Amino acid sequence: MAKTHVNPTRMELTRLKKKLVTAVRGHKLLKDKRDELMRQFLELVRENKELREKVEAGIHAANKNFVLARAGMTDEILNVALLSPKQEVYLDVGTKNVMSVDIPVFDYKTKTPDSNDIFSYGFAFTSSDLDDSIQSLQDIFPSMLRLAECEKACQLLAAEIEKTRRRVNALEHVMIPELRENIKYIIMKLDENERSTQIRLMKIKDMMLEEAHHYSQRERA
Amino acid sequence: MYRIAVLGDRDSIYGFAALGMATYPVNSADEAAKRLKKLAEDKFAVIYVTEAVQAQIESEIDRYRTVQIPAIIPIPGVSGNTGMGMRNVKTSVEQAVGSDIIFNNENK
Repeated sequence: MAKTHVNPTRMELTRLKKKLVTAVRGHKLLKDKRDELMRQFLELVRENKELREKVEAGIHAANKNFVLARAGMTDEILNVALLSPKQEVYLDVGTKNVMSVDIPVFDYKTKTPDSNDIFSYGFAFTSSDLDDSIQSLQDIFPSMLRLAECEKACQLLAAEIEKTRRRVNALEHVMIPELRENIKYIIMKLDENERSTQIRLMKIKDMMLEEAHHYSQRERA
Repeated sequence: MYRIAVLGDRDSIYGFAALGMATYPVNSADEAAKRLKKLAEDKFAVIYVTEAVQAQIESEIDRYRTVQIPAIIPIPGVSGNTGMGMRNVKTSVEQAVGSDIIFNNENK
């Protein structure tokens, strides 16, 4: 039995049938969208995992170098050495559309033309460990940026997949069965009405004939 | 033109300044949360946050999960790797797929 009240009329039936067609079509499209999103997401998330492993290992190594560097110099010299960085990084943010999800694309530019121009100090008073550690950070910088891109994309895609999955499920398990049930209910109701009209007509015809020809009286005679 | 920021305890992040990123040393969760809010409103597209700080201001960071910019990315600090970053990736997978199919219990 239909949960909600529906008018058992032909107009309602047509309306519901149209709605069902739309729902089924929408369901198919959303399902396709979900599958494609999932494919893209899994690809990205694998890359994300690899990048993260790489970046974490890289930062770990760089931190080791930094500890060494700090051990070899006084705090003051270290502070002065890194006080005014001469390099600056700027990002150009573009967007890439993946299945109607806008994911950011980062493109970096450096202030000085040579991106390796990172040493903001003279080499006289600092230990070579500091050079090494800064260089090691610089080496993983492109990976770090790609990681940022990748991880953000994963987060955005995950949210979109969840949304799409809910929509698909709502259509599949709620909307479409309910529409089918309502349509069935209307069809049965209309059929029932038709049958009862038919019977009524037959009965009336009998009664009218009886009145015109008086069959039952004639039989008795 | 967007820039890159690094947020965390001073020892973990001062090296990034040499690469041309903007570093913001913070000492407490309150300070970190305030700073993060300011950075997110400003022109910073990527904010790297050390795992130690990230753990303290998780709820603030979650707010930026669904917006396109900024991307807030956890990085290990000088005190070592807590596996927090990987856990974040795992959360994404669980959100999307419903269960974790990439990591398969390899880092619990």
